[in-house]
Amino acid sequence: MSKRIDVSDLNVYYGDFRAVEDVNITLDPKSVTAFIGPSGCGKSTFLRTLNRMHEVIPGARVEGKVLLDGDNLYADGVDPVTVRSQIGMVFQRPNPFPTMSIRDNVLAGVKLNSRRMPRSDADELVEKSLRGANLWNEVKDRLEKPGSGLSGGQQQRLCIARAIAVSPDVILMDEPCSALDPISTLAIEDLINELKDEYTVVIVTHNMQQAARVSDKTAFFNIAGTGKPGKLIEFAETATIFNNPAEKSTEDYVSGRFG
Amino acid sequence: MSTTKLAPAKGAGPERSGRIGDKVFSGAALGAGALIVTVLFAVALFLIVQALPTFTANPADITGGEGFFAYIFPIVIGTLIAATIALLIATPIGVAVALFISHYAPRSLARGLGYVVDLLAAIPSVVYGAWGASFLASQLKGPYAWLADNLGWIPIFGGPASGTGKTILTAGIVLAVMVLPIIASLTREIFLQAPMLHQEAALALGATRWEMIRMAVLPFARGGIISAVMLGLGRALGETMAVALVLSSGPLIASLIRSGNQTIAAEIALNFPEAFGLRMHELIAAGLVLFVITLAVNMVARWIINRHKEFSGAN
Repeated sequence: MSKRIDVSDLNVYYGDFRAVEDVNITLDPKSVTAFIGPSGCGKSTFLRTLNRMHEVIPGARVEGKVLLDGDNLYADGVDPVTVRSQIGMVFQRPNPFPTMSIRDNVLAGVKLNSRRMPRSDADELVEKSLRGANLWNEVKDRLEKPGSGLSGGQQQRLCIARAIAVSPDVILMDEPCSALDPISTLAIEDLINELKDEYTVVIVTHNMQQAARVSDKTAFFNIAGTGKPGKLIEFAETATIFNNPAEKSTEDYVSGRFG
Repeated sequence: MSTTKLAPAKGAGPERSGRIGDKVFSGAALGAGALIVTVLFAVALFLIVQALPTFTANPADITGGEGFFAYIFPIVIGTLIAATIALLIATPIGVAVALFISHYAPRSLARGLGYVVDLLAAIPSVVYGAWGASFLASQLKGPYAWLADNLGWIPIFGGPASGTGKTILTAGIVLAVMVLPIIASLTREIFLQAPMLHQEAALALGATRWEMIRMAVLPFARGGIISAVMLGLGRALGETMAVALVLSSGPLIASLIRSGNQTIAAEIALNFPEAFGLRMHELIAAGLVLFVITLAVNMVARWIINRHKEFSGAN
């Protein structure tokens, strides 16, 4: 399943400080949307509000609406736990559970819903998810070994396998390649291209070539200065953002004349 | 930044002055390590030498008249019973308190609670002993009588219940209160160190707070919890004053709610002032036995921790 996300008038606050101001954006299903912008412009913060992971940070709160195929994630009575099981997330640093085997890592999210599944079904799901993350051939002989023994790139793909094992509607990626070498990065980018056949993918990246390579649409975020809130400056087809942006600041940023 | 100040201005030659710091530090570390081993070895040697006459003495001369083993066995069991009760009570409560402070309580409350738990550890054991003997024991008379009436068919609750409440169970409960702050504050530190990275990973998969704790906090803290429990056990095994005041001792019995049983530490403390000659060697031998038990417990704990090294996240 793949669902559309509609964000309207979203503001994010840390205590009294407004970190992100008035974002309106629509993320299409079965497509890759990239968020680019300088450090501290609020793009990671905004990404986290899409599955309510910002609530982990004390004092963080949101005003506005995020609709997942029409259902407001911030409506009264919506449990953030349910939201997160529908909208998966991959983090900047690979974070497989060090105390679990590769197999258990893949099944970690599925086991949460306390669904007791027969071993054969579990095996099938492990294989399907690891194949989905292009990792199966590398780990099929050591599924019972700890996930922390894999290389950084493999760990990140394991995290992606873990995220897709719960069959989410959307996958959020917060700079998923920033801790990886170019070859592992390429492997993840290929994977992102395959993932968009089934999921809505949103990726935050500092690497503009990466945004240009993997995304269909790109959103550029910026801040006016320190202490000011981050804003969505421009959102358009990736080709437009990089070749013919409407805003001067977008052009400056993508052409490297920033700051 | 003294190293930069001392470094020669022109280029860094092979003999940089930072090396002196390294040498001093490694010497100091080696010395400290050697000192610990020496002290441990000296204590062990003292215990063995002083205990030796007990093992060579005529069995009839040993307290009880049936040799050292018959003398020491009941109080070893008594010690283990008291420590086990203490840990059975204190471990779950201590871990729960620590989890509450580290992951559930609002920040302002957590800080205050943390201080209170640390303060509990600062109360002298004689105070706990006095509290246990004068207050807790009499409060427990009723429950003990109830246990004897209703669960008396289980040997550990066999009646008639103690009229004073000064039983090994009371002693165990007092010990539990004493080791609780050790377990709670050590495990709290470990829980606070659980990597945010993995906690977020669990939450992002749709884990509730408790599921997140089970996936990302408890497995990480496993070794730390075992260490904390072992430190608590060390205190429970060696605690003297509280047991001496709370327990009205006697021969080894199965029932936990009757007067009876004794622990090694309390046995030594109560008898040492009047002991001389063979009796003193006997008590030191008892101390040696306690030393060996503690050592064995620590080694087992280390073994348990090491067994799961591959999955500890240290690699």
